[in-house]
Amino acid sequence: MKVGLRQSMAFLHTWAGLLFGWLLLAVFVTGTTAYFQDEITRWMQPEIKGERHLVASAEGAVDYMRQHAQGVETWSIQLPGKRSVAAMGYWKEKGETYLQWRDHAFMVDGRGVRVDARDTTGGWLLYRLHFDLHYVPVLWGRWTVGLAAMFMLVAIVSGVITHRRIFADFFTLRLGKGQRSWLDAHNLGAVLALPFHVMITYTGLVTLQAAYMPWGIAAAYERPADYHRELTGIDAPPTRSGTFAASAPIADMIAQARARWNGADPGFIAILIPGDANSVVKITQDTGTSMATRGETLTFDAATGHMRTPPASRGGAAMTESVMVGLHAGRFAPPALRWLYFLSGLMGSAMVATGLVLWTAKRRLRLPDPTRPHVGFRLVERLNVATIAGLPFGIAVYFIANRLLPSAMTHRAAWEANWLFIGWGALLLYVFLRPPRRVWIESLSMVAVAYLAVPAVNALTTDRGLLRSFVAGDLVFAGFDLSMLVTAAGFAFAAWKLFRRPLARVRETRSRRERIA
Amino acid sequence: MRHPIAPALRIASRAFVAIVGGYVAAALYAATMARWLPMPRTEAVMIGMLASFAIYAGVAIMAFAVGSATRAWIWLAAGCLPPALALYLSTHGVFA
Repeated sequence: MKVGLRQSMAFLHTWAGLLFGWLLLAVFVTGTTAYFQDEITRWMQPEIKGERHLVASAEGAVDYMRQHAQGVETWSIQLPGKRSVAAMGYWKEKGETYLQWRDHAFMVDGRGVRVDARDTTGGWLLYRLHFDLHYVPVLWGRWTVGLAAMFMLVAIVSGVITHRRIFADFFTLRLGKGQRSWLDAHNLGAVLALPFHVMITYTGLVTLQAAYMPWGIAAAYERPADYHRELTGIDAPPTRSGTFAASAPIADMIAQARARWNGADPGFIAILIPGDANSVVKITQDTGTSMATRGETLTFDAATGHMRTPPASRGGAAMTESVMVGLHAGRFAPPALRWLYFLSGLMGSAMVATGLVLWTAKRRLRLPDPTRPHVGFRLVERLNVATIAGLPFGIAVYFIANRLLPSAMTHRAAWEANWLFIGWGALLLYVFLRPPRRVWIESLSMVAVAYLAVPAVNALTTDRGLLRSFVAGDLVFAGFDLSMLVTAAGFAFAAWKLFRRPLARVRETRSRRERIA
Repeated sequence: MRHPIAPALRIASRAFVAIVGGYVAAALYAATMARWLPMPRTEAVMIGMLASFAIYAGVAIMAFAVGSATRAWIWLAAGCLPPALALYLSTHGVFA
């Protein structure tokens, strides 16, 4: 049996796409929200107000740890980027690993004062979800998503080869024509943002390449740690002297770093063995200040505030990697470009979603008995609704849980995350229990209601509702609430379109089915 | 007449070349570049890693583009031979 290239590529495209389609959709949707990770986190911590002041919050964090965390291994400060307000400090005690950082984390606002914000993982949860998944060991999550990304890359290449008229697809969208419309929509989303899809998939693999493809490191180095040390130019950690020494002002070291980086902000500070005479301060450039995301790390002697010789500049390949990761994360992007990133991400999500729907639309007409489709068809059909509507529903529930769970609750942040999956799981269950005819309309309506509820619950439970944010000129809070309303409108529109689908068309589809059968 | 399970087996065979063979080929090329590219080690390692996913995708496409599953295996073997040889030579002190 010999088939043409286009046919075999169409086969590959269909099945590579379907196999990981649902996971890819989840990765695309949560990854797309991550472009507004900082804004989501701000919305989820309404207690944090005021203006960003980088140096004051760094000083405040250091002061706090000087009072509460003497004699520990490391003090760390995640400084607020341009789109955040508060710094986050945390320390690591002897014998702890960095994974336990949440146990000693605190927030410091722009006045340098510790703020008691509700415990939340914020936008970070959705960001982490898009490559670590949840409830599974991080390594498993990353390998699963990595394999899905490889399938995506293969689906893109085979999809392009399958195409007859890639240029014409820019301008083709025939609405209301069933399967043909789904194909047009799939092509439009895929082709219009094709450079984005290729870029985001390939650079996504590159972000975790040392885990996915460590064989070059293994071939050239005895230990992987040697490679990472040589690459980053980071020297061995300091050893304790046992004598106490007060630290030089952190503001002065920040000023030195800024001067070296032409004014670019630092994003991260680590103070190793604080209080010891051998203590060092490491200041890393903010990941959002340049397209190359891996900023330089400068080392200072804490006692004197003297900067050590900076590491050698990166080679061409390392710089390429840094820019590729920067392009993926888009942390450098100013507002207009950030929205373009977001829209491209939505288009990617739409491409995957329409591809999944297309799989069923194409096969529905060819079913031997349309009233009783085979198990595989029914499974794909239900999983499509459960993912396309279920995940957005879960995210809305996550936002609502953030406002409704009591502040003093233990494991509060973990429960917020649990609610995302409770919401998603509930919708999945619903989808599998209802007749397929109604399930799209009902699920999409439920998602619309959930997103409508988010700003309402916000207005009822905080003093930062949509109206007040508007009056106060608070773009982040107003923008978030408005985005929820737009999302609600989008899902409501989809539900309404399905509801109003002219009966004539349904009859026509039915008669076509009969003719084919 | 052919056995009805044969088409499924042929697809499984191609899928194996694509998924496992593709990874092996990518790993071989990444390791070979890390050892052979004439530049600082970190750079050679980095280029190998950056290129590896394109090689992986290329093998996966090849596995389904060629005329038969057998050919997919032959092309995979032919593609893996040069880096495997180069890697063997460099790790056994013959060259480089």
